[in-house]
Amino acid sequence: MSVHTSEERLYGLMAEFETPGELVLAARKTRLAGFRKFDAYTPYPIHELDDAMDLHDNRVAKYTLIGGLLGCIGGFSLASWVSAVAWPLNIGGRPLISIPMFIPVTFECTILIGGLTAAISMILMNGLPSPYHPVFNVERFVNASRSKFFLCIECADDQFDRKNTEEFLLSLHPEEVAEVAQ
Amino acid sequence: MLQPVELPDKIHVGTVIDESHSLASVSDKVGGIVLRRKITLGWVFGLLISFAVLQNLMAGATWLLIKGVGVWGINIPVGWGFAIINFVWWIGIGHAGTLISAILLLLNQSWRNAINRFAEAMTLFAVMCAGMFPVLHTGRPWLAYWLLPYPNTMGMWPQFRSPLLWDVFAVSTYLTISAVFWYVGLLPDLATLRDSAKGNTAKVVYGALSMGWRNSARHWQRYEKASLLLAGLATPLVVSVHTVVSFDFAVSIIPGWHTTIFPPYFVAGAIYSGFAMVLTLMIPVRKFYGLDDIITLRHLNNMAKVTLATALIVAYGYTFEAFFGYFSADTYEKFMIWNRMTGPYAAFYWALILCNIITPQFLWSKKIRTSPGILWIISIIVNIGMWLERFVIVVTSLHRDFLPSSWGIYWPTIWDWAVYTGTLGLFMTLIFLFVRVLPMITIFELRMLLPGARVKEPAAQ
Repeated sequence: MSVHTSEERLYGLMAEFETPGELVLAARKTRLAGFRKFDAYTPYPIHELDDAMDLHDNRVAKYTLIGGLLGCIGGFSLASWVSAVAWPLNIGGRPLISIPMFIPVTFECTILIGGLTAAISMILMNGLPSPYHPVFNVERFVNASRSKFFLCIECADDQFDRKNTEEFLLSLHPEEVAEVAQ
Repeated sequence: MLQPVELPDKIHVGTVIDESHSLASVSDKVGGIVLRRKITLGWVFGLLISFAVLQNLMAGATWLLIKGVGVWGINIPVGWGFAIINFVWWIGIGHAGTLISAILLLLNQSWRNAINRFAEAMTLFAVMCAGMFPVLHTGRPWLAYWLLPYPNTMGMWPQFRSPLLWDVFAVSTYLTISAVFWYVGLLPDLATLRDSAKGNTAKVVYGALSMGWRNSARHWQRYEKASLLLAGLATPLVVSVHTVVSFDFAVSIIPGWHTTIFPPYFVAGAIYSGFAMVLTLMIPVRKFYGLDDIITLRHLNNMAKVTLATALIVAYGYTFEAFFGYFSADTYEKFMIWNRMTGPYAAFYWALILCNIITPQFLWSKKIRTSPGILWIISIIVNIGMWLERFVIVVTSLHRDFLPSSWGIYWPTIWDWAVYTGTLGLFMTLIFLFVRVLPMITIFELRMLLPGARVKEPAAQ
């Protein structure tokens, strides 16, 4: 690797791997070496990486639960308010809040708000939409969505040192190590 | 991940994907259909025919709006007619997509990976076609927003105890969640198209649609969670939608409709017709786009098995409908089932038995389940049969109910047929466009099926 990008213009260093196994091993070693601000890029989800990189973000599930509950309460309240307050109809003295008849709407609202929360919270927590990202500056990175596996250690990491980090990445036996311009 | 299972029988149905594929080759093959393949004469011809048939909908809807619903064959007593028949038929077809994408995901059935995207697209298009019917049936579709609960100057609110309102909530939730699930599934594949596109327009369009997805492991982790949650939510949703549709019938007191068997029987019928439609569409697509290494005989075999299983549930439903009619000792119920079998619509009833119960029995044969041509013909017959079923349910119960003096007869008019065939044209037009602008197979999930995708860590160095 030739050094030609100035330190301020650098986002990180990226190693390319041929197989998912090599990447998982590299990711685990990177974490064990004390790096925290790094990411792996793979053409499909690899569950082994969750442990190797210690990824256990459960917020999507929490938000979905909250969204679902809000939808549930909202749907039932809407049906009850409309039927008992806004437009009460006395049909042979039957109860205005007729719980069994409100269940379908309550259920559909639970699913609707829960499902939308799951999708939207996932997208927002992933920081999407993000039209630009430095990793796209690496020419070979187009293969991350096709057939190759990448690992990028970012300059923002406390432990990042241009020379040592490069040597560390090379010790993981990558196909190639590239600079990622800012 | 599911390992390919060797089946002991003589006919070998093969694996879920041709194992000679690699990560790069599946991406190029599926993405290439959108990005590289030239527009063929066959595709143009198919699109033009579909688009021409779509004009029936334009003409039918226009005439309907000018003259009112009287141009249809509906009358008193048969006030529902084609609008509801086709609504239920289309919604039912949609159900296979959600079943394949959600329920089979939860059940870890990896063979779904090759067919879920296409089936979900089919769901969306079918629900769009379905939604058109009740709205047109109101006679004044420009007031369709009255179906929604919103504060208005009339001080009126919808009736939350009515299954018709439940339908509004169920179908709109179904359309929304199906679209969201579909789009979430598309994100990584849109990124693949963005990265392998040569032209600038394609790069920009797919880039914008992919939201800048960059295949980060931190993203994938949340992505997988969200997919699983969406699948978990869509699973009860799909069951609820046709249950609510069946409530439109079952909550009324009309003979033949007021039965508790309706919800499960409708859901099974929906999955039955949906799988038949998936087969009807996938068998030609697989042939014309040379995808038999990705949509293998194993897929056809599995789909045919689901079709057969649901056919048997539906057959159970028919049997017990007839038995309940007899066993209820209720004059009207007994007459209804007798009238259904021997009355003016008897031919429809026996045709539906032939299409929906007799024909699928051929699927017991593995040879037939793995012969695409015969399977395709059977799937078309099932589609027709399921349409006849809805016709028989809607019309025979309504046309002769309690009071002989109010009996009538229903026949669709040319405008009924125009709107119905028009939605078929709309559906096919959307399918033709879909296969050319979006990857019809979920590429990133195909990669997960490949032997090379499994993680084998090298020995510590």
